[in-house]
Amino acid sequence: MTPLSVSIAGAIASFVLVLVVLELIRSRRLRERYALLWLATGIVLTVLSAWREGLNTIAGWLGVRSYPPAVLFAVGILFILAVLLHYSTVISRLSDQNVLLAQRLALLEQELHEAN
Amino acid sequence: MRVSETVATAAPPTVDARLREIRRVAIVPALNEEHSIGRVIDELRAFDPGLDVVVVDDGSVDGTSRAAAAAGARVLRLPFNLGIGGAVQTGFRFAFEQDYDVAVRVDGDGQHDPAQLGRVLEPVLRGDADIVVGSRFASGLPSGYRSSRSRRIGIRLLAAIVSRIVGQRVTDTTSGFQALNREGIALFARDYPHDYPEVEATVMVFRHRLRLLEVPVEMRERGGGRSSITALRSIYYMVKVLLAIFVGLFRRDVVPREGSE
Repeated sequence: MTPLSVSIAGAIASFVLVLVVLELIRSRRLRERYALLWLATGIVLTVLSAWREGLNTIAGWLGVRSYPPAVLFAVGILFILAVLLHYSTVISRLSDQNVLLAQRLALLEQELHEAN
Repeated sequence: MRVSETVATAAPPTVDARLREIRRVAIVPALNEEHSIGRVIDELRAFDPGLDVVVVDDGSVDGTSRAAAAAGARVLRLPFNLGIGGAVQTGFRFAFEQDYDVAVRVDGDGQHDPAQLGRVLEPVLRGDADIVVGSRFASGLPSGYRSSRSRRIGIRLLAAIVSRIVGQRVTDTTSGFQALNREGIALFARDYPHDYPEVEATVMVFRHRLRLLEVPVEMRERGGGRSSITALRSIYYMVKVLLAIFVGLFRRDVVPREGSE
């Protein structure tokens, strides 16, 4: 069984993550679109930390007998991977758009130059 | 006698005298609508020849810009797809900077019938509202509007939630058939939500104490292209929009100052 202190610390930390993400959205430093994965991470980790039997059961399914909280790490890492992968696609799109903007600007400047 | 009668029926319905004295613009967001955009522009002109038409081409890969320009509209061509919110806001910024008094928003796919613009404009011209939304469901009659089941449920659910929040019955929070006065234009030029923007925008309007009214309209089948919203995406949008609405309720400074983003 998971030590109680681990459950409490895990639940608090995950819940703080949820609050921080919500505050970032509220203060307009994070767009909803990019916050959804973070919120899912926080909520799932909060639930898994607080719901001790659930964590035990899932650990049993996965064959983790010695230390159920390892499942928390695994789930956390999976979510972080998902967020990173998502950001990689976002960065790729942004750099494509950036190239296009620079090209458009150059063409526009040239057109403006010729017009004068 | 006979001739003049024929002319009278063929001529467009007389333009509202109040319209003639103000600067007015139609904002038409369009994404790959080369087959319907020309007709939409013609119909806008038929409703009011003095209406300036601005088509915001949201990164179309077909001839939307060309078709719009050929039909005599001004075209704001975005270098890549910004999504409906960003596209429409481009139009609002244009309207704001060019000092238009009244703007109407009509979708480029032809589902909004410009002949019904008079109804949507009326409360703005009377000074009874800052923003008027043409609603498919306001009449209470079963509308001819058809769409997927999941989408209809989503629209109803959002309408119920938004009505609760703003304390006024709102029946169609996803309609882009709108008319705005200068104050409405100024608000949306400064801040407009991103995807599926009308729902959040409705809440925003109330939080800024602008007056919003709905008038019943009939919408048509889409003229061409296909809706940008698929079934799976509507679930994502629902979650995103609900999150945005609820977090937005805790904002004190509802609209960011220019340049703070």
